[in-house]
Amino acid sequence: MSINGKAYIVGAFEHPTRKADDKSVAQLHAEVAYGALQDAGLTKDDVDGFFCTGAAPGLGPLNMADYLGLTKLRHFDSTDVGGSSYVMHVGHAAEAISMGLCDIALVTLAGRPRAEAMATGTAPRSWGVNVPDDPFEIPYGRTVANAYAMCAMRHMYEFGTTSEQLAWIKVAASHHAQWNEHAMLRKVVTVEDVVNSPMVSDPLHRLDCCVISDGGGALILAKPEIAKLLKRPLVKVRGHGEATKNQNAGYTDLTYSGARWSGPRAFEEAGVTPKDIQYASIYDSFTITVLMQLEDLGFCEKGQGGKFVADGNLISGVGKLPFNTDGGGLCNNHPANRGGMTKVIEAVRQLRGEAHPKVQVPGCTLALAHGTGGLLGTRHGSATVILERE
Amino acid sequence: MATPASNRALPAIAVDPTNKPYFDAAREGRMLIGLCKDTGKHFWYPRGCSPFTLSNNVELVEAKGTGTVYTFTVMRTKEPYCVAYVELDEGVRVFTNIVDCDLDEVKIGQKVKVVFKPTTGDSPPATMFTPV
Repeated sequence: MSINGKAYIVGAFEHPTRKADDKSVAQLHAEVAYGALQDAGLTKDDVDGFFCTGAAPGLGPLNMADYLGLTKLRHFDSTDVGGSSYVMHVGHAAEAISMGLCDIALVTLAGRPRAEAMATGTAPRSWGVNVPDDPFEIPYGRTVANAYAMCAMRHMYEFGTTSEQLAWIKVAASHHAQWNEHAMLRKVVTVEDVVNSPMVSDPLHRLDCCVISDGGGALILAKPEIAKLLKRPLVKVRGHGEATKNQNAGYTDLTYSGARWSGPRAFEEAGVTPKDIQYASIYDSFTITVLMQLEDLGFCEKGQGGKFVADGNLISGVGKLPFNTDGGGLCNNHPANRGGMTKVIEAVRQLRGEAHPKVQVPGCTLALAHGTGGLLGTRHGSATVILERE
Repeated sequence: MATPASNRALPAIAVDPTNKPYFDAAREGRMLIGLCKDTGKHFWYPRGCSPFTLSNNVELVEAKGTGTVYTFTVMRTKEPYCVAYVELDEGVRVFTNIVDCDLDEVKIGQKVKVVFKPTTGDSPPATMFTPV
């Protein structure tokens, strides 16, 4: 069965904070949930499906459902594959709605790594206890930054990709962020600024990396009959695909991501091709993440990502594929170290015609949001959704 | 400008009943890799099942301990270190560090051999690589 047309995104809210010194994580979940419900014209008692990840405080969805006062739930899902989970939740919520398991689904994300002074990208981190790969990776100083940098190094070796080409991705994001009053980094940067910024993990410079920020976001999905009664523009879920990629028993290949599988699944369900996409939210934990996903999603040939992103091709109003018009994780916001939520939210803004006028894609009716969660260089979850303005 | 490999302190390794033979061998200066006896294929990282068939018909076998750098990066932290995937001569790609060399001279395709580096306290050594 297909979810195409079975659910609509009727509410979306991005928390304006980027440093939440005076709020708890649970409070942030409440504020984004309230914001999205207000946006949709609904209340918490309309919600009968709830989606969050294992990163939410408590046992799966239980403690947050309690805190938020969600008493009508008949479906919940705490699928966690890192930052792409919230893109995946859109697909899962649409599936649940299409099967009649719930009518109105709430998806929340919140966190405060910045207030907690977390060394998100440069300190070795395990995902838990009894993780079988930890003894073979953690002692070697595996971090978020080096697990992506090794992909960039191999991409350069195999395809001749350059630091300057990667830098264009940050440049494009900064051109968009200048118009976003909430963005952490609003200064427009040049290729030279990026390649001259301090090296974090060769070949990735500081400006090849996303920001560390607090905050969060929420989405509301509803079945068509309800969506059509609400006052907001109709944003339909057309297709969804998900995949995991791992080390393949030691025969790992770092030149591609799980988008190679999640992308075609989403395009097939939506019945469209990459050429049809007018706006793309592409996960941007690092510049290399964007480049590899663009190739794997089929926006260009494998190995040609460097040429594709150069010369402003991702800048709205300038290039062929406007991306991350809120400034993305690279310049705007990467709440809780998880960028999938904001990817979906900016795609919704574009489809509603509510992006900043300087970056709004004229007549935007078909958009894609894609995420990579976990680590590109070890094991990750990929999720792609295709959304349409009706 | 050279970047000598630092001797950063390595954390204790979480030894469990399944991976203990690997780390016991490391204490003796031997590097083991997984072998699926159903298919005859090597695998990495060591585990209690075959990632090819899911059966437990697996064993750890000694690797030659030589290979080439598949990819790498130098973490430019206060104590710089080089993280890499080394492709062993047996074919599997191993998450590791390149040590005892100028980190600015590490190259993809470079030949390397295994070395064992002490970790914290009584914890077994880590399996690392250095240029041949």
